[in-house]
Amino acid sequence: MSSHAHTGGSTVHAPIAEPSGFIRKYIFSVDHKVIGIQYFLLALTAVVIGIVLSLLMRFHLVWPNATLPFVSGGQMSQEQYLALVTMHGTIMVFFVLTTAPQGGFGNYFLPIQIGAPDMAFPRLNMLSFWVTFLAFVCIIAAFVVPGGAPISGWTGYTPLSGLGEITGPGEGWGQTLWILSISLFCLASLLGALNFIATTIDLRAPGMSLMRLPLTVWGWFVTAILGLLAFGVLLAGGILLLLDRSAGTSFFIPAGLVVNDQLQAHSGGSPLLWQHLFWFFGHPEVYIAILPGMGVASHVLSTFARKPVYGYRAMAYAICAIGFLGFMVWGHHMFVSGMSPYSGFAFSVLTMSIGVPSAIKTFNWLGTLWGGKIQFKTPMLFALGFVSLFVSGGLSGLFLAQPAVDNMLHATYYVVAHFHLVMGVAAIFGIFAATYFWFPKMFGRMMNEPLGKIHFWFTFVGAYCIFMPMHFIGIAGGIRRYADASAVGFLAHLQPVHEFMTIAAFITGAAQLFFLCNFFYSLKFGPKASKNPWNATTLEWDTDSPPPIDNFGGHYPSVYRGPYEFSVPGAVDDFIPQWQEPAQVARVK
Amino acid sequence: MPSTIVTEEIELIHSGKGPGGGDSSGDGGNGGDGDGGRGDSSGATRVPQRAYVTGMFIALAGILMFFMAFVSAYIVRKDMPNSAWIPLQGPRILWLNTLVLIASSLTLGRAHNRFKAQDEEGFRHWWATTTFLGILFVAGQIIAWRQLAAQGIFLASNPSSSFFYVFTGAHGLHLLGGILALLYVQFRATRKVARGTAIEVVSMYWHFMDGLWVFLFLLLYLGR
Amino acid sequence: MRIRKRNSGSVATPALLSLILVVLVAITVYVFASNLPWAVRPAPITSVGAEIDHQYDLTLAVTGTVFILSQLGLAFAVFKFRDHGQRAHFTRGSNTLEAIWTTATIVLFLGLGLMGHKAWAEVRFTAPAPDAIQVEVTGNQFVFNFRYPGPDGKFGRLDPKQISASTGNPLGIDANDPAGKDDIVVPTLTVPVNHEVNLLIRSQDVIHNFYVRELRIQQDAMPGMVIPLHFTANTIGQYEVVCTQLCGLGHSRMHSYLNVVSDADYDAFLKQQAAGQ
Ligand code: HEM
Ligand SMILES: [Cu+2]
Ligand SMILES: [Cu+2]
Repeated sequence: MSSHAHTGGSTVHAPIAEPSGFIRKYIFSVDHKVIGIQYFLLALTAVVIGIVLSLLMRFHLVWPNATLPFVSGGQMSQEQYLALVTMHGTIMVFFVLTTAPQGGFGNYFLPIQIGAPDMAFPRLNMLSFWVTFLAFVCIIAAFVVPGGAPISGWTGYTPLSGLGEITGPGEGWGQTLWILSISLFCLASLLGALNFIATTIDLRAPGMSLMRLPLTVWGWFVTAILGLLAFGVLLAGGILLLLDRSAGTSFFIPAGLVVNDQLQAHSGGSPLLWQHLFWFFGHPEVYIAILPGMGVASHVLSTFARKPVYGYRAMAYAICAIGFLGFMVWGHHMFVSGMSPYSGFAFSVLTMSIGVPSAIKTFNWLGTLWGGKIQFKTPMLFALGFVSLFVSGGLSGLFLAQPAVDNMLHATYYVVAHFHLVMGVAAIFGIFAATYFWFPKMFGRMMNEPLGKIHFWFTFVGAYCIFMPMHFIGIAGGIRRYADASAVGFLAHLQPVHEFMTIAAFITGAAQLFFLCNFFYSLKFGPKASKNPWNATTLEWDTDSPPPIDNFGGHYPSVYRGPYEFSVPGAVDDFIPQWQEPAQVARVK
Repeated sequence: MPSTIVTEEIELIHSGKGPGGGDSSGDGGNGGDGDGGRGDSSGATRVPQRAYVTGMFIALAGILMFFMAFVSAYIVRKDMPNSAWIPLQGPRILWLNTLVLIASSLTLGRAHNRFKAQDEEGFRHWWATTTFLGILFVAGQIIAWRQLAAQGIFLASNPSSSFFYVFTGAHGLHLLGGILALLYVQFRATRKVARGTAIEVVSMYWHFMDGLWVFLFLLLYLGR
Repeated sequence: MRIRKRNSGSVATPALLSLILVVLVAITVYVFASNLPWAVRPAPITSVGAEIDHQYDLTLAVTGTVFILSQLGLAFAVFKFRDHGQRAHFTRGSNTLEAIWTTATIVLFLGLGLMGHKAWAEVRFTAPAPDAIQVEVTGNQFVFNFRYPGPDGKFGRLDPKQISASTGNPLGIDANDPAGKDDIVVPTLTVPVNHEVNLLIRSQDVIHNFYVRELRIQQDAMPGMVIPLHFTANTIGQYEVVCTQLCGLGHSRMHSYLNVVSDADYDAFLKQQAAGQ
């Protein structure tokens, strides 16, 4: 029946010529699909590095005195541990959780899902990727410069990050590169956001009204708006921080600081100001990481439950509400910072309210499953895992959102558990769901199901084994970013819990090899994918796998209905694609 | 399953129109509303011209946030206890620069009008005048910097001077970009459709940078 | 209606997934039922701390219920609605349900937030009693120093230029200020039981943090600021003070003790320190 799809309301255009030559085609390509894959591969590289760093940390926490082969000095030092903390966080947050869902899948599928031939500004798109790549090179370079990688965490709190080498190893060149990398990343993300927004506004196919957008597009669209408004602020902050370090200004550094018995020549700045600028970006950033995942989860749940997304409108509004509220809660990271307690109260109330749209999403996901006909393909498993993890991780946010309770939990492993479940693992489950779901479209081959399922079981159980026990360490007062827990008496008896988590982490980490093998094996040897292997409804399934250079092979689709028309009563098939003309829908007599 | 209702479900589904049709009718399919007619979504060019206008609006929003971050930092930093803030006596020439920049917006408006009136000569004249005034402004800003430097006031001398250099520097860079765009339109933009859009988009940018400067200038003077 | 291939999926996958979710809930419930979290959480030594614990437990009751219901709901849905050849039940949602759960979560979450506000207000919105004991807490890489004003009740002026840990003036107390002569500087914090203490928290270099689990209090030591924080400890004992704000390579070694002692012991402590001064 999909043969009907190309007739009727579609327009035929002269096909866009494919560029010839390897460089134009695969390196400096302006094709959003190639750029999407480039982002994806960058994120894949980054995530492998990030995981290795985290395993080193977990290892050190449990066996601090073990001799490591590739660590200078044999044993890991305190500053090496802190450098790992910093680099792991930075790489994961920026180069994985921001890059893969938005830059990767968003780039690839947003234009196709709205029926556009490309992004609005393809050359800008290419520029975004290459600036991101440069940012990545900068951050990796921080490993090898004199002094090593920075040690001030992914939040780069100043004065630790603002005074140069004197505050610690890695605070010289390493920290400068960190700021450069982040600033470049901001720039690239701004360009990307611009492109996403303009594309969604102006390049939608005829009939693709806002309320017919797939929820993935809603996710990417709102994420882009968040990025547009947030990254500029971090960029500004980064510039000021860089000036403080290298030009002797005092934006963030107060007078009379004495480091290492040396009086610093700064005056009157405010370290809190950096925190405000950082978290004004930082909180929206966590939603930048998760909103695309929410979109993917909704999309995949609906497809494999063979049911329309429950409460589509509520879902779209909830995404908007989260985006809007996301800009008003940044202060919840600063309850104990010395910010006015009255602001703390206001931020607390606003933060509790952001739990509401999050809860709405969860209820609607369950509603989507309810009464469905669930097919347990690998992408579906990861989408289901996403829901479970999002709930587990999101609920702990309600503790942290209350300043009084946060007083005991701030900066403990409780926070680490919270954000790893809700942002780290849930967002990565979103990425995995997207990968298994769209791999056939992107590469024209199916991934291996049994391997995918094994990957899921290990990762799902493993993630819970790593991050659930962390809550207890947090309640006990276990402090994050400690290279050496033995210094504090009350932390010593928690060591067995740490051991358990480390073992779980190594097993889970190793299980990712199932994914990598599956990915690369299927690239080459997977069974050929048809146009629409999942019997799905949105426009990306209306074109070849992989799609031709102009996405729809010279015709542009028109859209006739909402994105999730599954199991519509009266229709013969249990799905009615967006592109199918009403007259063509086969009906039950 | 009651197939009567059922068929209606499908019948309700809006029948699509050709490109640019959009969906004005109800959208029974998803119980959603259409977003009205959508103009020429896929005309002769791959990307509709209005995407550039949209893009510029979006870019300006991003740029605004970037500057607002500086501005809020300025306001907070100035009123810090022990801020060590010495109000900056901005060089007189800033007034002149400001006038020049405002004038450039006026000449740009004229150029735009001339373009709409299809008066190519007039357009080129006023457009070039705008470019010239823009360059004059940047030169004036550099003179202001040099005057400050001659008084021994540098980037790190005082928080107020730090902000002064940051504001003027960031704005100046953005304006340089604008000048390049003006020059591009003057010398390179030849395709008819694209040219109209380029003129519109560059004008938006320029007026915005003008307004932004007036705001920063007032902030630096009134909010010393 | 065309029936698709029967049993398109095996029952094993949904069963396993539901099982995992049920086990997850079971273990979590078991762990809480076995009192473990309360065992690792030390008893609070302030009345506010007890309130915070109460608020924590209340939040746990609410979120725990939501956790159990939603994970079990997911487990149920996954198993019950697995593909066994049926046709999915077509629905686009229900505005009534949306309204119900939106309202319910607003009431629940905001209510919880407003209730939790009380303990916060008690510590942070109030001023210390006028007769509270003043102690200045200073963090620097990587130690805490605690300063008592001495018999004159006044802190001496600080001068960063005179800071010199090696000559015994880690805080840089101005040698020219008579009020500073009798100041007591010690590496551990000693306070009398049941007496209000007002800490004045500051830092010399980077951001540090003053955290005592039993007080349920964390406060950053923010360079350029002196942040007051008051509490009344009601249980004699020794408690660990740690730094929770990443402050450099010695971060995890930065810790000290809070000694809550009887009035008599506190007087003895002051006398002894004054003698040593
Ligand atoms: C129910 C909604 C949520 C609430 C109420 C909430 C609340 C909070 C609060 C209050 C904190 C600060 C804790 C502290 O530092 O003491 C926090 C930290 C954090 N949250 Fe959430 N959160 C929610 C959802 C999310 C989501 C969806 C994400 C990411 C996708 C996320 C990511 C993070 C991260 C990354 C941090 C820690 C940042 C750091 O200190 O390094 N949270 N959350
Ligand atoms: Cu946040
Ligand atoms: Cu520390």
